[in-house]
Amino acid sequence: MNFIDNPRRLRGFEKHIRVEKVSRRSILKGLGITGGFVLAAPVMSRQALAYETGAGKMPHGVVVDPRVFVSVAPDGIVTIVGHRSEMGTGVRTSLPLIVAEEMEADWSRVKVQQAHGDEVKFGNQDTDGSRSTRHYLIPMRQIGASARTMLEQAAAKRWGVAATEVKAVNHEVVHSASGRKLGFGELAGDAAKESVPSVEGLKLKDPKDFRYLGKGQVGIVDLHDITTGKARYGADVRLPGMKYAVIARPPVTGGKLVKFEPEEALKVPGVEKVMQVQGWPWPSKFQPLGGVAVIARNTGAAIKGRDALKLVWDDGPNGKYDSVAYRKELEEASRKSGLVLRKEGDADAALKGADKVIVGEYYIPHLAHVSMEPPVAVADVKGDKAEIWAPVQSPGGTREDVAKTLGIPEQNVTVNVTLLGGGFGRKSKCDFALEAALLSKELGAPVKVQWTREDDIHNGFLHTVSVERIEAGLDKSGKVIAWRHRSVAPSIASTFAAGTVHQAPFEIGMGLVDMPFEIANISCENPEAAAHTRIGWFRSVSNIPRAFAVQSMVGEIAQATGRDQKDMLLELIGSPRIVKPNVKDLWNYGEPQDSYPIDTARLRKVVELVAEKGEWGRKVPKGHGLGIAVHRSFVSYIATIVEVAVDDKGKLSVPRVDTAIDCGTYVNPERIASQIEGAAIMGLSLAKYGEITFKDGKVQQKNFDDFQVVRMDDSPVVTNVYIVPPGPDTPPSGVGEPGVPPFAPALINAIFAATGKRIRSLPIGKQLEA
Amino acid sequence: MIKVKINGQEQSWDGDPDLPLLWFLRDEAGLTGTKYGCGQALCGACTVIVDKEAVRACITSVNDVAGREVTTIEGLHPNGDHPVQKAWRQVNVPQCGFCQAGQIMQAAALLMDNPKPSHDQIREAMSGNICRCGCYQRIENAVHLASTGV
Repeated sequence: MNFIDNPRRLRGFEKHIRVEKVSRRSILKGLGITGGFVLAAPVMSRQALAYETGAGKMPHGVVVDPRVFVSVAPDGIVTIVGHRSEMGTGVRTSLPLIVAEEMEADWSRVKVQQAHGDEVKFGNQDTDGSRSTRHYLIPMRQIGASARTMLEQAAAKRWGVAATEVKAVNHEVVHSASGRKLGFGELAGDAAKESVPSVEGLKLKDPKDFRYLGKGQVGIVDLHDITTGKARYGADVRLPGMKYAVIARPPVTGGKLVKFEPEEALKVPGVEKVMQVQGWPWPSKFQPLGGVAVIARNTGAAIKGRDALKLVWDDGPNGKYDSVAYRKELEEASRKSGLVLRKEGDADAALKGADKVIVGEYYIPHLAHVSMEPPVAVADVKGDKAEIWAPVQSPGGTREDVAKTLGIPEQNVTVNVTLLGGGFGRKSKCDFALEAALLSKELGAPVKVQWTREDDIHNGFLHTVSVERIEAGLDKSGKVIAWRHRSVAPSIASTFAAGTVHQAPFEIGMGLVDMPFEIANISCENPEAAAHTRIGWFRSVSNIPRAFAVQSMVGEIAQATGRDQKDMLLELIGSPRIVKPNVKDLWNYGEPQDSYPIDTARLRKVVELVAEKGEWGRKVPKGHGLGIAVHRSFVSYIATIVEVAVDDKGKLSVPRVDTAIDCGTYVNPERIASQIEGAAIMGLSLAKYGEITFKDGKVQQKNFDDFQVVRMDDSPVVTNVYIVPPGPDTPPSGVGEPGVPPFAPALINAIFAATGKRIRSLPIGKQLEA
Repeated sequence: MIKVKINGQEQSWDGDPDLPLLWFLRDEAGLTGTKYGCGQALCGACTVIVDKEAVRACITSVNDVAGREVTTIEGLHPNGDHPVQKAWRQVNVPQCGFCQAGQIMQAAALLMDNPKPSHDQIREAMSGNICRCGCYQRIENAVHLASTGV
């Protein structure tokens, strides 16, 4: 038998069928051996910091205690705890690297240990909102400086000299006057007895002495394990006696099981049991949808068993959800006024009096995260104790929710955080871990719940669907004098509270009310929209539709007035200034406006930088076009130029992408580049293909054949990334998400330049064909 | 009883002969380096090498590989120093890393077949492997590097 002839193998995409830094286990002794103390949030005083962040306002705030995060073994191995979840941003390396930098540890002798979910101990662990570096750069430096100080004090005592005479340098403490040296390992025991210095008194390193921060020479700690198959994701956890479960869930959000027949499933070899899973009525935050679980000796048998189930569902109140009809509803709502969220001047009157009004109605459908690792979790519940192994972005939240769901105390729940095979916001919701916990409790055995790709697409927490309608009024000279933006989209808040029809502050704050243009008359409105499925955070969230609409409109205004896109953009941004929108409680990504203002000088700068480096205005071949877009999100500034090529048949390709980012002070420029390269591909995926549709309440797509993402053969040929060097005290800002929003509008503006066709509805799909 | 050689070791299976090789590897043989991403040969996360060819383990049954030699990421090189693995590390390819075992196995199979693939040949051959993080530019660079000697 030849494999090429195997018809089963030729289904689908047939044409293509053909760290740990130190592995020695050391008995950890010394720093960190005793339980740490926890400083109440907010812990960072104004004196200790050049700037304030919103970190203290996150659940459980920040913990700055070296005994919680750092331990030094007698053999000199320094173990640093990474308390955020690794989903591909490099955070499991970056945050411990900051500690190592500040404590003068030699990175080759550092071991990273993943924290379990415990926010009282470690502080907030929600790995989302592009917050990790922005909230933890200073706390991690303080932790490292504390550990360094304790080691220095221990050495000084040993030598009987003043602490000011000694200095930690590359994993040892040196007394230069006498030439004496002691390794960190030799000092571990004594250093642990030193009191933890006060945060206010800590001396942080001079950035000019940094060995790692801002350099980009350190690879991620999991690099070797990833390339050898040893890296452990949620799906890879195996426990003795573990059962494998796959669940049939209601196909419509809010639906319920009426009856099921398990007989055929039980006949499948390897299937051991069929059982009902508890579900919660919609909406109920992240609680499981319920359904029927097939328990088997391996995942393959469980999937086959589930295929054999006979199931009857009551579709419930969302059984009529239909994307075609819903789009019409959103469009109609966008044509009438809605809740006014920002009002400056009188946009209605100015639009009436304008010489010319340009109207754009932009549509972006639901999107699915489709992280390469679909949701999966292992649970082992014994009596009133539960242990979970899962790829979760919210280890602390998972712990709380497992405790609540099982009705046991939170301290009886251990959440082990594995690597995440992608997250993109999906794994901020721990429903899959709750399912595993419920099943393990009932079975009295460890259980792995594996979602199939179809489950992931059918039963996820989708990116919202939105119509963004912008009307721009121009005077006789072509100057924009009025801007009315109506955003209509079901809110993420609808997953928490029934009857939600308006977007939440964290959604309207993503590019709607914080729009930075210098225009006299502005109105930002939010007409009502009710949700009919679970809506959730998707990388970049509402910034995706907002940047698409706002930056497409800039292109449209340039087009209508015969101006260069980049010049038009800079004119609309206007003078360098701090924008203070007339908005009640501007969200600002949870950050204080003093530290993180809306700064148009920085916005202009990334446009100018990308225009220069990306050779804006360069001559491109026939059928090619350049487009530009800029967007501030997650308090970072980012501008992208896309070169597109559209052939005679309307097939598009992207020869080149240039992106400039200003994310303030940064840790690892190499990982910033990888995030931006990836963001271009995610942006292209959603622009070109991304669409989840509903009919009769059910998602119509099922897998990568009908919910397509960009593959290598249609990915951008080259993405160049330029990072704005930070000022001396520029606070760090987001990196994981900001890259996505400007891509689609830059592409759409490029397509207009190449073809004269203006796309207002995503995905592009077949719109360019003939 | 089906016998199959995995990473040089003889393994046997007396369960459902139609069980996809993917689940046999992961759940029965404990070789979790090979990943599940779609179950339909659409994403390539489960790519292994059977004899000398890249195969999607999710739609290949255990029976299909009876008497054959299966190589997974764990068996590609004893120390993880296959030129493709070394190139991957040199270029810092992975983000989340979940798809990378499949990518590496596909790249290793490509280079067995075509030791010096062109830009277009790499993009074509690697297009069955999805990376949602979007590491394609680096994957291409790493394949080039592996083909020219690391």
